[in-house]
Amino acid sequence: MCKTFSLNKKDAAAIPNAFFKNQPLIVTNQSHYRRIRNELKKTIYLEPILTINNLTKQFGTLTAVNNLSFTINKGNIYGILGPNGSGKSTTLGIVLNVVNKTSGDFKWFDGHTTTHHALKKVGAIIERPNFYPYMTATQNLKLVCKIKGVNTNKIDETLETVGLLDRKNSRFSSYSLGMKQRLAIASALLNDPEILILDEPTNGLDPQGIHQIREIIKQIAEKGTTILLASHLLDEVEKVCTHVVVLRKGVKLYSGRVDEMISSHGFFELKCNNQDALIKMLENHKSFSKIKTKDGLITAFLNERMDSGTFNQFLFENGIILTHLVQRKESLEEQFLQLTDKL
Amino acid sequence: MIRLLNLELQKLLLNRTSKILIFISFILPFLVILLSSIKFNVFGLFTLELGELGVFNFPVIWHLTTFFASQFKFFFAIVVVSMIGNEYSNKTIKQNLIDGLSKKEFILSKFYAIVFFSLVSTIIIGFISLCIGLYYSSYNEFNIIIRETSFLVAYFVKLVGFFSLCLFFGMLAKRSAFALAFIFILFIMEWIGFGLITWKFNADIAEKIQNFFPLKSMYKLIDQPLQRIAMSKFPEKEQLLYDYGVHTYEILIVLVWTMLFILLSYRLLKKRDL
Repeated sequence: MCKTFSLNKKDAAAIPNAFFKNQPLIVTNQSHYRRIRNELKKTIYLEPILTINNLTKQFGTLTAVNNLSFTINKGNIYGILGPNGSGKSTTLGIVLNVVNKTSGDFKWFDGHTTTHHALKKVGAIIERPNFYPYMTATQNLKLVCKIKGVNTNKIDETLETVGLLDRKNSRFSSYSLGMKQRLAIASALLNDPEILILDEPTNGLDPQGIHQIREIIKQIAEKGTTILLASHLLDEVEKVCTHVVVLRKGVKLYSGRVDEMISSHGFFELKCNNQDALIKMLENHKSFSKIKTKDGLITAFLNERMDSGTFNQFLFENGIILTHLVQRKESLEEQFLQLTDKL
Repeated sequence: MIRLLNLELQKLLLNRTSKILIFISFILPFLVILLSSIKFNVFGLFTLELGELGVFNFPVIWHLTTFFASQFKFFFAIVVVSMIGNEYSNKTIKQNLIDGLSKKEFILSKFYAIVFFSLVSTIIIGFISLCIGLYYSSYNEFNIIIRETSFLVAYFVKLVGFFSLCLFFGMLAKRSAFALAFIFILFIMEWIGFGLITWKFNADIAEKIQNFFPLKSMYKLIDQPLQRIAMSKFPEKEQLLYDYGVHTYEILIVLVWTMLFILLSYRLLKKRDL
């Protein structure tokens, strides 16, 4: 029998455990139950940060963004994927108040704040880092602080995060591209943003630069900051994002979790000595949709769940002995190409 | 308001070029006025002392100093035009908006800077004129001293008006050099307009209409003072007579232009995709 009635920190931490890991949660009385219920709501309630509704942007006759809708919730890491010219930057430009929409609407947070007030709680870098070349890093960041209306005491801390503290008094014009990009991230972090928007953050950087930026992004993500990452680099998105929006010619092809991007159950890669018999068997099996053979390697696509053990046993019982068996899911690249080639 | 002004001042004062130009546009005219108040000895042939001519007498001095000082407004005009041009070429205007500055605040911060510098300039010239005047003027009665201080108001309005025009052209052209070219073209256009109306009607009507044009209306606030000085020397010559006063309607015309330029700049920025 539990005698604590107040919901302390431990209780609050127990809730997600109870919820997601099936551990018991002891409720002592009615008011305790109510407190827990409220805490639970806070934990699992999806707090929208950005909601986009039927957004359209036309540049003359070209439709850059076409009837786009998606929602970004707190705590997730989103990727916007799409080939060059698919409307990623335009979409970000619209929600960041620098491009005018043609129709549709978007709202930041609960929709009660104006865009420019909302942007004070957002950290964003777009394409190229834009700063005043004649000012030093510190001076540039001070200016950003003045615009955002935040205290200047975080400047050194953010410069430390991106590893520019020893160059803080150098002019921006003397920086290399990688350093400029890191300064841009520092400036985006000044206000402890609710969401960090990164548009092609590693574009044009050398491998070291790319690595540094990715490490910084990972660090930030670990702190629980919501991130929106626009990129055409798939492995970048695959490595860091939980959710993804796929665009092509301004049209949304997919939005949702990365691992559910294609409703596929993966595929088996098989080799065996008696290939013809195997193929015949697979073709008659209801769980397989498509069978491909290439260089002696048979690829069999599943249309329902099946684990490799069951499958192996099934084949063994039917007299087929495999020499090679791998179960795989499509990589994001394959999924992405599959999606964008559909149209 | 202080926040926006503060922003713009940081942008301007940390830039070496604009710092030099601001310095020139404020210090040079006062230096010239100060120098002219000193007794010159022209190669030992004769001494030239402008003070003796009575040009530093109250209230004429207000007219004279504001007129000459306003000729130096072009230096600060370059600053105004380049503060827009730089924002575009560095793309910092985009970054400013993304960081949470609204388009309205962006224009306002530029406008506040213009008003601020115009005010500083007006205060300096007021102070210097007062000092020189007190030193040279034959009349030192308080009533005479404060007469025609309306020229200071005119000077202030003239600067704000002209710089607002520069701001608008800066927004329109996005590049400093083009914006300055636009101002020159406007100047020519106003005279062509004047010529056309003179040709169709007559010079009297043409001048009346021209007084409503942006550049001419600003010029008209402070008419050139030399004729006035000549007038005081030869009071019997009727053809020298002209209306040199600062009139409320003149100020009003310029204020309307100022408002229009600021609003148009805002409209332009609002409609533009950056």
